[in-house]
Amino acid sequence: MIGRLLERNPRIANWLYGFTPPERGVVELVHRRVYIVPARLGWYFGGTLLVLLVGSINYALSLGFALTFLLAGLGLVGMVHTARNLARIAASAGRAEPVFAGESAQFRLYLDGRAAFDRPAILARHLASGSQLVVDIAPRGVSEVVLAVPAPRRGWLPLGRVMLETRFPLGLFRAWSYIEPDARCLVYPRPERSPLPPYSGEAVAGALHAPTPGSDDFAGLRGYQRSDSPRHIAWKAVARSEELLTKQFAGDAAAELWLDARLLPHSLTLEQTLSRLAGWVLAADRGGAHYGLRLPGVEIAPARGDVHRAACLQALALYS
Amino acid sequence: MNHPLAPEQRSVGARDLAWLIASLVLVIAPHALRAPWWLTLLTLCLFGWRLYFALNRAPLPSRWLVLGVAAVAMLGVWIEFRTLFGRQSGILLLMLFAGLKLLETRTLRDAAIAVFLGYFLVITNFLYTQTIPTAAAMGAALFLLTATLIGFAAPQRAQRANLRTAGLLLAHAAPAALALFLLFPRVQGPLWGLPQDAYTAMTGLSETMSPGTLSSLALSDSIAFRAEFQGAPPPQPVRYWRGPVLWDFDGRTWSIGPGFLVDFAPPRGGRGSYRYEVVLEPHNRHWLFALETAASLPERARMSFDGQIVSGSPVRARMRYDVASVIAPEPQAKETAGTLRRALRLPQGFNPRASALAAQWRADSDDDAEVLGRAIAFLRQGQYVYTLEPPLLGEDTVDDFLFSTKAGFCEHFSSAFVFLMRAAGVPSRVVTGYQGGEANPVDSIITVRQSDAHAWAEVFLPARGWVRVDPTAAAVPGRIESGMARAVPQASELPLLMRPQLEWLRGVRDRWEAVAHKWNVWVLGYNPERQRDLLSSIGVRDADWRTLTAALFTFLGAMTLVLLAWSLRRLARPDPVQKAWRRFCRKLAARGIERAPAEGPRDFAARAARALPAARRSILRIGALYIALRYGAHATQPGVARLRRWVRAF
Repeated sequence: MIGRLLERNPRIANWLYGFTPPERGVVELVHRRVYIVPARLGWYFGGTLLVLLVGSINYALSLGFALTFLLAGLGLVGMVHTARNLARIAASAGRAEPVFAGESAQFRLYLDGRAAFDRPAILARHLASGSQLVVDIAPRGVSEVVLAVPAPRRGWLPLGRVMLETRFPLGLFRAWSYIEPDARCLVYPRPERSPLPPYSGEAVAGALHAPTPGSDDFAGLRGYQRSDSPRHIAWKAVARSEELLTKQFAGDAAAELWLDARLLPHSLTLEQTLSRLAGWVLAADRGGAHYGLRLPGVEIAPARGDVHRAACLQALALYS
Repeated sequence: MNHPLAPEQRSVGARDLAWLIASLVLVIAPHALRAPWWLTLLTLCLFGWRLYFALNRAPLPSRWLVLGVAAVAMLGVWIEFRTLFGRQSGILLLMLFAGLKLLETRTLRDAAIAVFLGYFLVITNFLYTQTIPTAAAMGAALFLLTATLIGFAAPQRAQRANLRTAGLLLAHAAPAALALFLLFPRVQGPLWGLPQDAYTAMTGLSETMSPGTLSSLALSDSIAFRAEFQGAPPPQPVRYWRGPVLWDFDGRTWSIGPGFLVDFAPPRGGRGSYRYEVVLEPHNRHWLFALETAASLPERARMSFDGQIVSGSPVRARMRYDVASVIAPEPQAKETAGTLRRALRLPQGFNPRASALAAQWRADSDDDAEVLGRAIAFLRQGQYVYTLEPPLLGEDTVDDFLFSTKAGFCEHFSSAFVFLMRAAGVPSRVVTGYQGGEANPVDSIITVRQSDAHAWAEVFLPARGWVRVDPTAAAVPGRIESGMARAVPQASELPLLMRPQLEWLRGVRDRWEAVAHKWNVWVLGYNPERQRDLLSSIGVRDADWRTLTAALFTFLGAMTLVLLAWSLRRLARPDPVQKAWRRFCRKLAARGIERAPAEGPRDFAARAARALPAARRSILRIGALYIALRYGAHATQPGVARLRRWVRAF
């Protein structure tokens, strides 16, 4: 009930949790943001203490009192240490590589312990998806947490709220904190396999005059350029010469290929259209084609390589 | 939902199980020595069985098998003790359940409950003994159990680190434990009836005395009480610690009989006055011990009509009280006729020879004092032997002792003497208690042991009232002068440490007992009274439980805050290099050159140098040193100092 109330009134939630999402940069878990309650074992422990106390009183056992009180002190100190295990951790989000819709986005969180002691057994859980991981942070160390968050739809996928929880050292208390770092992952449309469209006439004409590199026939080696696809690197030649070389191909398929939304049937919905186009981009890239992308209001000039592929897919992901 | 930190969802690993078993073995070790051998063996087998399952990753035995083992073991305990709910049998069952619990321990939650059971088993050890070695052993067990519990919360962590954390936590918990120990409102137990066998182990004088009672008690080296005198203690021959007074004789056994309490009237006059503190070991009876003759009573104690000091409830925990005594006060020659009649009563038909002897004395004497003189002379000249192994006596115990066996312990002498006095018409009674006691050379506290148990007599003389007569001293003078050890012939079996040859061992014992006495007084003897004394000594009078609770919560709250502040401060302490750099950035920001969030120190220093050409050298120098210190292999102390100096000068 309270959870639903907070969902509907984000301002109350922000006031309660002590921050306004999303948080830019490094998020420090100040102690105001660390909550702590007894875990179920803590209640059992309390019950044990009560029995010990009654036994000590009943039998007038001085050492029984000493034991009971030492354990009570231990519980109290355990509470402080549990809170300390989370307090002042600096959390920051790393880069999340783009994924296709239907896959899982791999969000990276970096937990910087910033302390001379280690912080064992810290659970990071993505609240919306339930994806979770337990990490230990070494003294003055940084631990990486990779949270796999399902990405069902194209567009930007924000990370959302992440809970950090610990029960170390005694397991009697449960301390937790919420963070919502400003991290997002680009989600490309789900690619749909379909035959590539025919090459446009202008491209074929160009091919007659100046041979443009394609991927059908091997035409020789040249020096590697950063935009070249790793698939075209001549690994065997690299092994001989210790220099990156790219295989060059020639052929008709090297002609310009326009991936145009207008080539697809109008009966398709926007999402289906984008899926087809994403499939084409992948197929054209795999084929080493020189391809461009055309959507209503968007045009990306023909090119090739990973950067071009990413630009095309991003345009599809963010198209509205 | 799957929760990787929830103990009920995580299975217990072999390492954690091994630690759990090791710490439980340490906890139950003292019980195992007291338990029947088969129960110890069974518990250890259960532990070993569980470890075997863990190491072979075998599935645990079925619940029915575990229940079957439990039923058989409970039957065995019942056969052994004829009860399941006595103290001894209950504790042994608990020990067994620790083994059975492990057999069904699958998750870390069960394992943690086994740790809590271990904490509980620690306290059951204290029911038997609370000595310093026990405390040390159980402290070690507590440490191991805590490290085991920490291991459950961090299964990936090295156990050495967990041990260190356990030590840290216990050290942090110590102040809170001390505050709770001193300030927690104490109530006097017990809260409900205790099992029947709760106090069987306590030794001491009893309400009755028959031949053999004291001589068997005298073989015990255990301590009856300790007394700490303000100033020098009285000499050994006058140290008569008065205990129960025995009135009624049935031919063999003397017993206390009915009595009543009177208002205490301090005695007048007397040689020497002594104030002292007694720490009395529990003996499960009402009476308290004081030197004859008590000049004041301990708090909340009463005096009986025959001069016993009694407390309101049986002494079941070690008790401390202050008392004062005088030696040989002015006589008080008043006694009721009924009491005097009781002091003459004898069973009919026993001991004809002794009765005849007493009648003879009566006929030959003018008054009671002369009868007394004849009796003492008779014992002195009778060549009686003082022994811890007296021969068995027949139906007429007094006749047999006086005329045929002629060897006995103090109960024989006092019993025969009082019989003779009563038969001669002199009112008399048997007094039991302790005689002497040994001064510890280390802290000069007098330790009185069960082996100092003694019985003497009191006779009523019309002019002087009740007079103490020690028939043992009359017959065997050495007993009172130099203690039992030299009075008893060497062939007799003495308690080990009373043998004169082992002087050096006694030196070690004296030192140890001085420490143990402090332990008894300050740790074990800390009770509601001590708590009141302590509080009034720091100026808090009449502290009730509300005041104590408030003080306690204040202290605990403050301690928690201090601990929290300390742990956070340790985190917040910034790196000095970083601090100097931030200061440098603030200084530049004041001149309008603000560092962009993504700007590295090299770029920023270069930009600042371009913007402030006058300070160019200084800025670049600081930037380069900062980079070297922050990202270099190691920051040297002079380097850090130089950076701070440069930034300050900037």
